This record gives sequence, C-alpha cells and structure tokens, in this order.
Amino acid sequence: MALLQIAEPGQSTAPHQHRLAVGIDLGTTNSLVATVRSGSAVVLPDTAGFGLVPSVVHYTADNSVTVGHLAQARQIDDPRNTIVSVKRFMGRSVADLPDASSTPYRFVDAPGMLKIKTIAGEKSPVEVSADILRELRIRAEQSLGGELVGAVVTVPAYFDDAQRQATKDAARLAGLNVLRLLNEPTAAAIAYGLDNAAEGIYVVYDLGGGTFDVSVLELTRGVFQVRATSGDSSLGGDDFDQRLYCWILQQAGLTTPSDKDMRLLLSRAREAKELLTDHHTTRITAVLSDGEAIDLELSAETFQTITAQLVQKTLTPVRKALRDAQLATEDVKGVVLVGGATRMPHVRKAVADYFKREPLTNLDPDKVVALGAAMQANALAGNRGDEEWLLLDVIPLSLGLETMGGLVEKIVPRNSTIPTARAQEFTTFKNGQTAMAIHVLQGERELVQDCRSLARFELRGIPPMPAGAARIRVTFQVDADGLLAVSAKEQISNVEASIIVKPSYGLADHEIAQMLEDSMQNAEQDKNARNLLEARVEAQALLDATRSALATDSALVSPDEHGNIMQLLTQLEICQQGEDIQAIREATEQLNRITEPFAARRMDVGVRKALAGQRIDELG
Amino acid sequence: MALTLSEKAANHVANFLAKRGKGVGVRLAVKTSGCSGMAYKLEFVDTPIPDDLVFESFGVKLFTDAKSLPYLDGTELDFVKEGLNEGFKFNNPNVKNECGCGESFNV
Repeated sequence: MALLQIAEPGQSTAPHQHRLAVGIDLGTTNSLVATVRSGSAVVLPDTAGFGLVPSVVHYTADNSVTVGHLAQARQIDDPRNTIVSVKRFMGRSVADLPDASSTPYRFVDAPGMLKIKTIAGEKSPVEVSADILRELRIRAEQSLGGELVGAVVTVPAYFDDAQRQATKDAARLAGLNVLRLLNEPTAAAIAYGLDNAAEGIYVVYDLGGGTFDVSVLELTRGVFQVRATSGDSSLGGDDFDQRLYCWILQQAGLTTPSDKDMRLLLSRAREAKELLTDHHTTRITAVLSDGEAIDLELSAETFQTITAQLVQKTLTPVRKALRDAQLATEDVKGVVLVGGATRMPHVRKAVADYFKREPLTNLDPDKVVALGAAMQANALAGNRGDEEWLLLDVIPLSLGLETMGGLVEKIVPRNSTIPTARAQEFTTFKNGQTAMAIHVLQGERELVQDCRSLARFELRGIPPMPAGAARIRVTFQVDADGLLAVSAKEQISNVEASIIVKPSYGLADHEIAQMLEDSMQNAEQDKNARNLLEARVEAQALLDATRSALATDSALVSPDEHGNIMQLLTQLEICQQGEDIQAIREATEQLNRITEPFAARRMDVGVRKALAGQRIDELG
Repeated sequence: MALTLSEKAANHVANFLAKRGKGVGVRLAVKTSGCSGMAYKLEFVDTPIPDDLVFESFGVKLFTDAKSLPYLDGTELDFVKEGLNEGFKFNNPNVKNECGCGESFNV
C-alpha cells in the first residue's frame, strides 16, 4: 500500500499523481538527498540510517561501480580507481589543476575537460558525478515509492558556466530531471527561511570537510543576489584532524608512524574533535601496531589553541568577500553556518565575534544546503499551493563577447537576476565585410585572455556594406539554470545566426548522447536477460505438463502423434538450454500447438469421468 | 462514529504541525477518483470549515466532512515504515477492494 504524506490544504493530488521532487547537495566530500514530506524538509537516509553519502566512487575491472561508504573503504587499497572529491575536477582541464601531481589519479587531457584513467576505462568527472547522483536518485525513489518529477541540484556560487553545465549533464546522465541548479549559499538561506526575512545582506559561512566558501548574499524583494564569494579550496574540517594528529605525534614522541598507525590516529583525532563539540575534555587512546599504547588527555582549550590558526585563516576570505562587496560587518543582517566543521564551538565563536552577532545554527549544518534545495524543488514541482515563490538566483559572472583588440564587451553583467535576456548592437569593422566571428566569454576581466572562453560562432551572409553600416544585434539569453544561448542578427538584411552556446568544456552533445546510449544499452541487456528467463520458465512449465500428461494418459495418443510430440519436446529441451529467446518461444509455441488435440481429448475424458453415473437433473 | 490516530501517527502529525508553524490539525476525507473509485485525502487544516466533524486522538484534532465519514468510519490513521519509505496508512474497516497500490479503494 502506498504510504501517504500530509498535503497542504487543497493540495491533495489524485492517486498516482504525486509530484515527487528532491533537493540534492552534490558536495566535494559528502552528498545528500532531501525532500519535503508532510510539509517538512527531511534528509533521506539509507537503510543503515546514514544521511550523508561520501562523494567517493570506486570502479572495478568488471565495470561494477560502488558509491559512498563502501567506495570510501577502497580508497586505501585501490586509490587509483577510487575517485574522491571529483567535484574539484568538474568542467576543468588538467592545466586548470594546481596540484594534479599530488593526487593518485592518472589524468587524461581530453578537449575541454580532463578525464581520469581507471580500470573501468576513462571516466570524465561528469560520469563520476553521475554515479553519485544515480545512487541518490535510487535512494530517493525507494524512499518515496515512486519516480521523481525532478530535482534541484546545488552548486557553489563561484561555479562558472562550464562547471554548471557539467553538473547538469551529470544529473541528466543519472536519469534526473533537473528543475533548477541552485547556488549552495542560496539553498542554505532558503532552508533558514531567509527568503521570507527582512531584506538585506546575509553571509553564508561554509566550512566543509575539505573546502571553505564564504558568500555574501543580498536579499531584495525575495531574490537573493550573490554580491561576492571567496574561500579557500584547501581548508576544511580535515585540516583540524590533521593538526590534532600532529599534536598526538608530538605528545607521544612519535616521528614516522606506519600508514596503518597514521590512519588509526587520524580517525582517533577526528573522534576527539567531534567529542569536544559538547565536552570539555576527552581521552585519546590507541594501541599502535608495535604494541605501544597511547593514552592522552585533550582539553577543549588545548584543541582550540592548536587549531586557532586554522580558524583565523577562514577569516581572511571573509574579509575579502566583504571588501569585494564593499560592505562592513555592521551591514550584515544575519550569518548562516554551513558544513560539519562549523559545529566546533571555537569556529562559531570566531564567526560570532567577527560579525558581532550570533550566527544561525539551529539547523544541522551538514544538511542545511540539501534541505533548502528540497524546499525549492518542492515549490518548483508545484506542491506549494498559492504561495508566491520568486526566482531566487542570479548569474555569478558577467557574460560578454570579444571586440576588436582582444577586449571583452560585457552584455549581461554579473548578478543579473535570471532568467534574463540582454541585447546589444555591433557593426562591421571593414568595408564589404560579409562575416563576423562572435566569441562568447565569461568573467569580470577586461581582456579576452583573462576571461573564460565559452563558445565561438560565426554570422555569415552579411551583405557587403561600408564598414560601420551593418547593424548586428547580439542577444544573450540566460535560462533559469544560468545557462546561456546567444543569437546574432543583421538588422538590415535579417541574416541570422542563432546558436545555442555549448560551454567549451568538451563534452560534446554526441558524447553525452553516447553515454546516455550506453546506459540505455545496459537497460536493453537487462531486459533481454529477463525475457530469456521468462521464456525458459514458460518452456519448462510446458515440458513438465506434457511429460506428466503423457505419463498418465498415453492411451489417448496414437503412436504417430506420440512420436511427433516427443520430437518437439526434445527440440524444446535443446532450445531451452540456449540463449535464443525467439527459438525458445517458437519451440514452446509448436509443442503447445501439437499437444492441443491431446489436451482436448484429456479434458473430454475428464469431464466424462466426472459425469459418469450422474443423472442430468442432479447436475443443476 | 469515529476516526482515530495511532499514537505513532499522532506524534508525527503533532511534530509536522510544529515544524510547519501553523495549522490546527489534519483533515481525512475521501474523494471520488483513482483506479478503484475513491481516494483518500490527507491535508493540514489551517481554518476549519463550518460543518466539519472534529475528532481528537492523542491530543491531535482530526477533521472530516459528513460526506466522507460513512466511508471512513472506524478508520485508524497509522504511521508506518516500509523499507526506506515511511508515511501514513489508512486502516479502514469499510474497504472491500483496493487498487494494487492502496491509494484508491471502494466500499
């Protein structure tokens, strides 16, 4: 029986018409899926009760894929085929990576976006992300008991077009209909209901496992604009563990522990860190592989002292973000904490001291982004009734095109609310010029070389005119996901080159089509396997029935008929062992047909037996 | 004639109402639709309708209308977990047939 959720007044759906929608936080370290059930946003846990899925994917030679905790366990013995933190590679080329050599992966420089060589073949970050998203989709469908209408997937506010498109492609590959990409800080703000709060400036401080992001949002008329973002891509909760681990080594007088001891002590460090969130002291105990026992007492004060520098380090990007937005701490109306590491009391205190106000902490900082995304998904799927729900996002970076001299002319300034369309007129540079190259760029810088190239296309067939006479109108359209289409039209002759901009990260449509096809081919295989099994089962049933009929009623068949039946029976037995579904079906059908008269005779005999010795009037 | 909540269901409804921040109870009703004739309605109640029939179970108010009650009389609304899925279930003694999924029924 389907389980029901409580709907908003007047919003009950017809049976089988539930609009199931989820929010997905596709994180660097962990990912989550959440939904709105009976009016409350909740994270969907797995059967073991875990809400967080480590963003880790493990590939094997036989093409099996594991995701999450199981994959994480393989990180140590099979690091090359265990992809962690794939989000860092989304929409990136090898040249974009500052520290490619410090990872265990074998990168392949594909056009636009890198690929990672694994035992199961080259994997693009899009495919790896899709494997994580697929896991979340399946969990959601099992938890909600039906297919999803769509999902809102969150992305960092600083993600550029290529990274956003890559995320969207990954979702599509995972079989998700993306209702909207949503900026992570915006999602966190929605989870706290700030979209209904007073207009003003809000800061989202997001200290995750391995990354730190700070965003300055401005809320006006229910719309969040990202005023500034900053952060540190290699600063997170793991660094606190590392720092504590070093302290343990120091205290215990160890220098170079074995890999096994290092992992043990690191996990002890993490446990101690988490305990100190609501305890004043804790003991760190461990027995090393050489039998040496470690037993240390750690006070919250000591922990705070040894990690104070890390906390201070987060404040540098905070200052920078405020400076970029030309704001002071007094302008900030509220501060939202996101990320598990913000549970540490001294982190909270540092943020409170800096902004001179208590940050919002009553929602689980690990879940707040997914919860906000779920609320947005619920609204976009149409489950919210008559309440007004405004568009909530803006484009993060300006969009423009190249003009003479390698300069960038901005068409859509950053922080324009989306969807948006902007147009500007350009003209020809030379007499008789019949074509114009249009180079679409993203970024805040003035020179082409400093901005990110998104696409190039040409407008051809401009009638020959003196330089400066042609009027070419270039229109930029950004849809609700922040994705871009550009068109150019010469106004006098009406020649037009309207083109959908493909972000130049390199996953061409045919590649995406190929991936989709691959997944569909697998579906085909699955279906065939099932058909084969069904045909075999059916054949077996007929074989059994025929044999038992022949055994009991052999008197009812002529020797000729018996021979024919036996022949087809043997034929079906042979086919049944094979893989040819059609052959099994045909042989089944043949045997079925030839035994029909025999079956009819058996039936007659049966009826006669039943009726023998009974008078007609007894039969009523 | 009465409608009830199981204690578990009552706790969940109370919890949902608290998180939602508004609402006076929950409405159980039937409407004609679905593959087996009738379907359940389960909604939050912000403002009761004048002719509503009101029951109370474990401190939670249950609302229904006179038309629905004959089909629901004796129903206990339960909250159950099935694998990863969880939600409310109508234990309705009047039901003769359900569609496969149990979302619609006839009496």
